[in-house]
Amino acid sequence: MTHTVSIEDSGVRYACAPQESLLSGLHRLGLRGIPVGCRGGGCGVCKVEITGGEFSTRAMSRDHVSDDDLAQRRLLACRVYPSSDLSVKVIGKLQKKVCTPAADR
Amino acid sequence: MALTGVLRPGHAQVRVLDLEESVRFYRDVLGLVETGRDAQGRVYFKCWDERDHNSYVIREADRAGIDFFGFRVLDQATLDRLDADLKAYGLATERIPAGEMLGTGERVRFTLPSGHVIELYADKHKVGNGIPLVNPAPWSKARDHGIAPVRLDHALLYGPNVAEVHKIFTEVLGFYLVERVLTPDGQGNAAIWLSCGQKVHDIAFAEYPEPGKLHHCSFLMESWDQVLRAGDIMSMNQVAVDIGPTRHGVTRGCTIYAWDPSGNRFETFFGGHLPYPDYETLTWTFDNFGQGLDYPQRKLHETFLTVVS
Repeated sequence: MTHTVSIEDSGVRYACAPQESLLSGLHRLGLRGIPVGCRGGGCGVCKVEITGGEFSTRAMSRDHVSDDDLAQRRLLACRVYPSSDLSVKVIGKLQKKVCTPAADR
Repeated sequence: MALTGVLRPGHAQVRVLDLEESVRFYRDVLGLVETGRDAQGRVYFKCWDERDHNSYVIREADRAGIDFFGFRVLDQATLDRLDADLKAYGLATERIPAGEMLGTGERVRFTLPSGHVIELYADKHKVGNGIPLVNPAPWSKARDHGIAPVRLDHALLYGPNVAEVHKIFTEVLGFYLVERVLTPDGQGNAAIWLSCGQKVHDIAFAEYPEPGKLHHCSFLMESWDQVLRAGDIMSMNQVAVDIGPTRHGVTRGCTIYAWDPSGNRFETFFGGHLPYPDYETLTWTFDNFGQGLDYPQRKLHETFLTVVS
């Protein structure tokens, strides 16, 4: 049984199995909408806010997910597994920071 | 003896989010040899052909990334001299007592202006590679377990103040600059590849605003065929692959970049040219960084510049 994941603002909807992360479900279908990085909860680029639905999670790097993020359901899509239909808003992005001074970001 | 001072990369300690999942990955997929666990819960590994007790250590933490990267130096006198030289240069050092890491002698630890912790040590227990020292066979069956690289080869670290880091490695630690990528304005180095021997690099750095970041730890394969075999094993085990198999323009090395289960990138690497300290540095302009990274595709993969742990 799969659940339907909707990415707000983009109109992308896809089926995701409960044992599959939101990111891998999207990526496997060749769809875009959430930035893809390490896929292991370490780099933070796939951050989303879960705006509706139930889910489970696995450990993700606290460099990218604060206590406040956890409370607000702002999580890394590669570590979130759907247990109902879900809607998400994309927060993370791939920022080109090589050679970029901190002040310019 | 021609090779003195800093001899080689000796160990990396990396943070993982789930220890046992990571142990299974590093032992059974990457094919490292587990050599011990300590009271802090750290798990120690070496590559099959390495002779010292450990080269890659993982610990469970709530964030991914690298704790420190260590280099083996020739002997205790060299360790003492380099400690004094680092202090004279203006860097604070501390001594970590022998035995704090399993099988490992006293370490001299300091922090680079890029935010990375670097260690030097002169002694590590020689556990051997399972092959006798007299009439040795060319390999053991450990070579066929998982990806099975032969050694920890180098690391690429991302952080600020690369120009300062370059000076410390070349003026204090005896490294030389093998290759570099210029900044977009051509006035500085965006990335540097440094060697302490005749390897194409022993450590590399790229300019990045956040300190102390890990781009990848690299493991040496014996052939291009072994790199392709590594790619097969990654896919068989659903490992998240980043780039490759392909060949770098920088170093000429063959490569796959992929991520461990916690999002720490690693590389399976083969080849590269063999520089000498008198060779001129090879320079890449920033607009040719794509060839430097992926020579056949000439592609500056976005994740190379953006995804670190």
